[in-house]
Amino acid sequence: MADIAHVENRIMPERVKRSRMSKVLGNAEFWRGLLALVVFVLLWEVGARWKEFFGYSLPYVGLLPPPSDVAVAWTKVLPKWGYWESWYQSFKRVLSGFIAAMIIGIPFGLMLAVNRYFRDIFFPPFEVLRPIPPLAWVPASLIFWPTNEMSIAFVTFLGAFFTIVINVLGGARSIDVRYLRAAQSMGATQWDLFWKIILPGTLPSIFTGAAVGMGITWEVVLAAEMISGGGTQGSGGLGFFIWNSYMGGSLPQIVVGMISIGIAGYISSSLIRMIGTHFMPWRRMF
Amino acid sequence: MQKAVEATMNPNPPNAFRPGDHAIQSGIQLKGVCKSYGDEWERQDVIVELTAEITPGELTVIVGPSGCGKSTLVNLIAGFEKPDRGEILLNGKPVTGPGRDRMVVFQETALIPWQTTYQNIVFGPNLRGDLKGAALHDEAVRLLRKVGLGEFMHKYPLQLSGGMQRRAELARALINQPELMIMDEPFRGLDAMSRGLMQEFFLKLFEENRRTNLFVTSEIDEAIFLADRLILLANRPSHVRAVIDVKLPRPRHYAMLSSPEAYAYKREAMAILHEEAMKSFKATATSQDFIDAFSRRTD
Ligand SMILES: Nc1ncnc2c1ncn2[C@@H]1O[C@H](COP(=O)(O)OP(=O)(O)OP(=O)(O)O)[C@@H](O)[C@H]1O
Ligand SMILES: [Mg+2]
Repeated sequence: MADIAHVENRIMPERVKRSRMSKVLGNAEFWRGLLALVVFVLLWEVGARWKEFFGYSLPYVGLLPPPSDVAVAWTKVLPKWGYWESWYQSFKRVLSGFIAAMIIGIPFGLMLAVNRYFRDIFFPPFEVLRPIPPLAWVPASLIFWPTNEMSIAFVTFLGAFFTIVINVLGGARSIDVRYLRAAQSMGATQWDLFWKIILPGTLPSIFTGAAVGMGITWEVVLAAEMISGGGTQGSGGLGFFIWNSYMGGSLPQIVVGMISIGIAGYISSSLIRMIGTHFMPWRRMF
Repeated sequence: MQKAVEATMNPNPPNAFRPGDHAIQSGIQLKGVCKSYGDEWERQDVIVELTAEITPGELTVIVGPSGCGKSTLVNLIAGFEKPDRGEILLNGKPVTGPGRDRMVVFQETALIPWQTTYQNIVFGPNLRGDLKGAALHDEAVRLLRKVGLGEFMHKYPLQLSGGMQRRAELARALINQPELMIMDEPFRGLDAMSRGLMQEFFLKLFEENRRTNLFVTSEIDEAIFLADRLILLANRPSHVRAVIDVKLPRPRHYAMLSSPEAYAYKREAMAILHEEAMKSFKATATSQDFIDAFSRRTD
């Protein structure tokens, strides 16, 4: 009898190990992306300066500050303490709301998934509250919570909470029953099923919920900062930074604020992706 | 080379830990089992009055057309679902739920995707703590090598080919030393070559420790090659249509399939299955033309 091993076990070619940096630089995708960004900025620059070149301004695009002006405005705020304080404040609010939403939302979603009675009791009110947009909570929470800071944190929390819970619940409920059955016939207890099948099986949905929730959190924080118009330059956060620039009539600085938020959001979602790949090695090959 | 391969394929090298040694042989009795799905308005009877016996130490093969309720029967015996009526006895005691005395190799792969192949293998023993440390590791590696996955043990299931997944699953079932092994079309979807090798490999394992085995298939050749006893299921709703005791000598070789005895078994089984297939076609009036055409061709 021939060895079964020989039918399918081809030896895989040893992968050449390369450093991360050289991997990125040798990647056509990276260069295409960079080229696209450069072209985009150039078009913007030309479009915004159209008037200087041709005597009349383009509709809409002509109103934008050219990227070079934005860059100049940026270099002006970069050394200022207030700008970085805005970053810090917004990040702090996003993270506190987001982390609270994770800490409460994940167990809550899992409980909804595994316990029928819990679901019967808590799911209906949850579903009624869920469609209310986070920003609709702002006035009520400004009245309810003693400080501005707390109301912003609360609204931020809500933004992420509902998304995380609904993702965790959906993920846990869609775990293939075969995994549970296989584990059961190998002698798994309820406890084992929860920790070894349901929880790891829900991880992908937890991270999807976290990524979407993080996006919502940024939206909510920015809007809440604008509405509450919190205090001084620094403690207002990036939302207030934009609002303040608008009040001061500095168009380039508005764009600086907007791009800063883009970067902040990108950093947050990259972090979540990184943590995700760390905790879900079986998904790394996709 | 062939010698070396033979050596690694020997499931029980002299000094190795031998799961099968003290295995209790379990038997199953099915008495008038009924199962249907759906609610009162749209009830679909899948299994009706099914009575059969799985004898300890034997390899019982269930054969039936696709959709006749084989997987449903597997779920009932494994205890994942309950029969509407009738009794399922395991060693004389009613089956109340899943238990580690019965291992199921599912029709679709049920390897846990977030565990590597190796982690999947050691999962069961770790849960129960009945095999630990170096002994467990050695046994896992031995089994993985045996099914030809030695180099792939640190890959995740999705990184394995379909056939490799089936083999990994076989290894996972084996390490748990069930008293009754239930396999639901375990080799479906494998190419003819690997399928043949898997059958021989599986048969060799069975012939060595004679663990009670229930094997589900829709392939008649596979069924006759493996079986001590063949249970043919009737279609819609399913019940036992015929039982054939296959008395081909053991150990078996693939060549035996072309012997006159094997051929006689095959003809007998085919005649019954053909009859069943015609019956289920006749059940639908619209297929009359098809049946006419078919009967003319076989006349
Ligand atoms: N959970 C379920 N709910 C409703 N109907 C079901 C369920 N499970 C199976 N059925 C029905 O029972 C019948 C038998 O299904 P089953 O999976 O047991 O067939 P099978 O013999 O294993 O087929 P195959 O060889 O294709 O795997 C099918 O008609 C199917 O639609
Ligand atoms: Mg089936």
